[in-house]
Amino acid sequence: MRGPKRPLFLARAPYRRRRLRDAARLLPVLGLLLLILPLLWAPEAQMTLTANDVIYFFSVWLFLILLAAAFAPGLRGGEGRDEDED
Amino acid sequence: MSFNLLVLSCLLYVVFLFAVAFWVEGRAARGRLGWLRSPLVYTLSLSIYCTAWTFYGAVGYAARSGLEFLTIYFGPTLVFVGWWWLLRKLVRIGRQHHVTSIADLISSRFGKSNALGVIVTVIMVVAATPYIALQLQSVVLAFGIFASAAPEGSGPLDPAQIAVWVAVGLACFTILFGTRNLDAREQHHGIVTAIAVEAVVKLVALLAVGSFVVWGIAGGVGEVIARIDAADLSAWQVQPGRWTGLIFLSAAAVICLPRMFQVMVVENEDEGHLARASWAFPLYLMAMSLFIVPIAVIGLDRLPAGANPDMFVLTLPLAEGHGGLAMLAFLGGFSSATSMVIVESIALATMISNHVMIPLWLRLRPGAAAADDLRQVVLMARRLAIAAVLALGYGYYQVSGGSAALAAIGLIAFLGVAQVLPAMIGGIFWRGATRVGAMLGLLTGLAVWAYTSFLPSFGPGAALPATVFTEGAFGLAWLRPHALFGTQAMDPMTHALFWSMVLNCLAFCLGSLLTFPGPVERLQGAAFVNVFEGAVGPQRWARGQVEPEALLTMAQRIMGEEAALTFFQTAASAQGKEGFLPDPTPAFLDGLESRLSGSVGAATAHAMISQLVGRATVTVEDLMAVASESAQILEYSARLEAREAELTRTAGALREANEKLTQISLQKDAFLSQISHELRTPMTSIRAFSEILTEGGLPEETVVRYGRIIHDEAKRLTRLLDDLLDLSVLENGAVQLTVGLASLQEMIDKALTAARATRPEREFTIIRDLPSEAIYLRTDADRLTQVFINLISNARKYCDAARPELRIAVRQRAGRVTVDFIDNGKGIPKDAQALIFEKFARLTDANRAGGAGLGLAICREIMTNLGGSVAYLPGQGGAAFRVTVPLRLETLAA
Repeated sequence: MRGPKRPLFLARAPYRRRRLRDAARLLPVLGLLLLILPLLWAPEAQMTLTANDVIYFFSVWLFLILLAAAFAPGLRGGEGRDEDED
Repeated sequence: MSFNLLVLSCLLYVVFLFAVAFWVEGRAARGRLGWLRSPLVYTLSLSIYCTAWTFYGAVGYAARSGLEFLTIYFGPTLVFVGWWWLLRKLVRIGRQHHVTSIADLISSRFGKSNALGVIVTVIMVVAATPYIALQLQSVVLAFGIFASAAPEGSGPLDPAQIAVWVAVGLACFTILFGTRNLDAREQHHGIVTAIAVEAVVKLVALLAVGSFVVWGIAGGVGEVIARIDAADLSAWQVQPGRWTGLIFLSAAAVICLPRMFQVMVVENEDEGHLARASWAFPLYLMAMSLFIVPIAVIGLDRLPAGANPDMFVLTLPLAEGHGGLAMLAFLGGFSSATSMVIVESIALATMISNHVMIPLWLRLRPGAAAADDLRQVVLMARRLAIAAVLALGYGYYQVSGGSAALAAIGLIAFLGVAQVLPAMIGGIFWRGATRVGAMLGLLTGLAVWAYTSFLPSFGPGAALPATVFTEGAFGLAWLRPHALFGTQAMDPMTHALFWSMVLNCLAFCLGSLLTFPGPVERLQGAAFVNVFEGAVGPQRWARGQVEPEALLTMAQRIMGEEAALTFFQTAASAQGKEGFLPDPTPAFLDGLESRLSGSVGAATAHAMISQLVGRATVTVEDLMAVASESAQILEYSARLEAREAELTRTAGALREANEKLTQISLQKDAFLSQISHELRTPMTSIRAFSEILTEGGLPEETVVRYGRIIHDEAKRLTRLLDDLLDLSVLENGAVQLTVGLASLQEMIDKALTAARATRPEREFTIIRDLPSEAIYLRTDADRLTQVFINLISNARKYCDAARPELRIAVRQRAGRVTVDFIDNGKGIPKDAQALIFEKFARLTDANRAGGAGLGLAICREIMTNLGGSVAYLPGQGGAAFRVTVPLRLETLAA
């Protein structure tokens, strides 16, 4: 049971908002990739903890937070019709 | 640093938290929360994720396993930065279905099955018990460190005693603020704000210790970097599988932990807050972990080799001689432990009382739904459950001896709660998920988790015999707890995660694919999955053969008198009816069920209504019928339905009006003959006696007697005419009101005294609450007193109880005062309730009335003139009238 039909194509502004939401949804995937990446830098046995690792992880973390903060205002708008699926 | 000073500051801190919670509750009661429901407070309350495990344990974790501790924060970060849509769906469902806990969510989604609620509750309690024990342990350890640092004999210290005191204190705080009332939406503003305060304290404490370590001890960022490179920590063996597994595990836990669900979904005020939290909460987590590595490295460097790394946050400032900083760190750790225990025990207590205790109680006492005051029972169940949860935590602490490293217990608890994830995610995204599937998945997950992770955590030979570890259960090698099906390559944690999740999902999917869901289940499934598309499906209740009064009585027992009456009145007026009793339409029953489920959980609410209404009568055929209609017909019929509902409402109102008119016309005819009769009887006697007197020649005393009879009859006539005149003046609104300030209590006193003249031989018990009557009103005191006298006299006249009682209850809200007069008699039959306020109306037994039936009509007119109302209050166990009057009467003329 679907509600009234939605438009097939969107105007520029709603289109951008939806892509912004897509970006936000993809963010965890990007984050996971970045957080697993260091494990592939060296063979398992030679893994050592250096300050560079610490700095790397915190930079990725900060990067994700900043991106999320940039997306956040876009998530609030447009409640209602264009709810869940694209 | 004296130990006593520490205890004192600890107590002061707790008192401060009490004050905060108390103040906020007060504001919430007056409806003035303002900034207290801002996204900031919401985000801070989410920091309940960071417990003492984070505060103390992360440093220990870092000292033992390098950067692995970060995975515990990466998971939640990933969920929050990108998966707000999942969280928002949860929050929306939570709101729409009045979900009270994660167990309620799952039981409600799968056809309001209480069995599922019980399973989830069991998982949560088992997983949370060690976790709570962990918090108690951290506080005890912290106290111990201060005690050993203090001079000899300054503080007698018994760990068990401290643990008891902490547990009892926490139980008191939680019971006090967590079970104050049975809210429709289970929100606890006081506790949420107290937790936000604690979140600030723990962040400030950790940052302060960290800054001290980096700039005070190490001497700058560059130095710290050099030390990290040089430290022993660098022998960090990371396994990609474990690393990824832990990120997944913490991501699952942040959604499934009962306390997280409580603050994230149940206490949520506004979905928009999630957008702010999507970056602010990860930021908080990052700030919390910023200094963990430096503290661990410097601690390993500076402190003696045997020092417990879990306590570096405390021991490092102490060893450097900074007592004040150590004290701050202690309060930070104390905050993390207490806030976690408080919210966790509320969440668990809600589950235990709604899914275990109340259903049991209703099972043991069928018919109790309508007989007892359930609110008190539910609240008492919650209090007992809170005490039980804390007692379990304390017991676990005692039994385990508080020896295990903090991190291990935390991960095991995470893995336990993560077993709920498949059923939850499947439930809200897949309509095909069924109750049997969910049940199988949960039970499988629970069993695998217990066998591979929870029971082995007690050590070989404790919960599981040592042979099971080496040879497997029943001697089957492929059943070894750490190598199921021969998978030895993984470490125990990853192994348990892998198998429990795989088997859980497998059982869930297979069970769902192979079974057929019941009707209620399918309805709930559609409602949950399509939560953003508005209401779906047919009503869940067929039009029942239930007396609305019985429903009202039950609702009052759960929601409280005021809330229930308001709810029923609103529903009645939406149906175009006056008074407090709406028709039991399916829509109304649905609304009532949803409202009740906010207090006692979906399964219990459903069971209680079916007790009164009979089974829910929706069938699979009903569902099919709806499904086969095309969307267009649905839309068209929805429009038609809306119009029809409108018509029905109008017709209902008209019919009611017509009935009333007919009855009034009948009453009027009756009244005319009555009034002529009333007028003629005194007239006849006056005429007869005056004729006798005119003839003369009578003895003196007979003349006097006849004169008095004439006088009395004339007085009766005058009174009747006065009443009639009074009524017509009131009706025309031409009445002169003398408005002034008057005490409600005095008015009631006066009315009681005056009404004593009616049937003075009856001994009435009056029940009043004097403090609540201490209200000054700006109104016409004489007129209002007249109304009171009338109502009290009516009670004296008509109350037919052997031991008559009259209860007078005064309430004040939103600038209006309500005064209820409730007696314990038979009450007024339903068909008469609509008529008693009409002029000339009298109940059938006219002889007993002795008046002309104008009293209540006059009352109603007076109250209209005073800007208030008087109404009959059904379902109070006797005749009950509610007088509503504004605090200040605004006179039009003035």
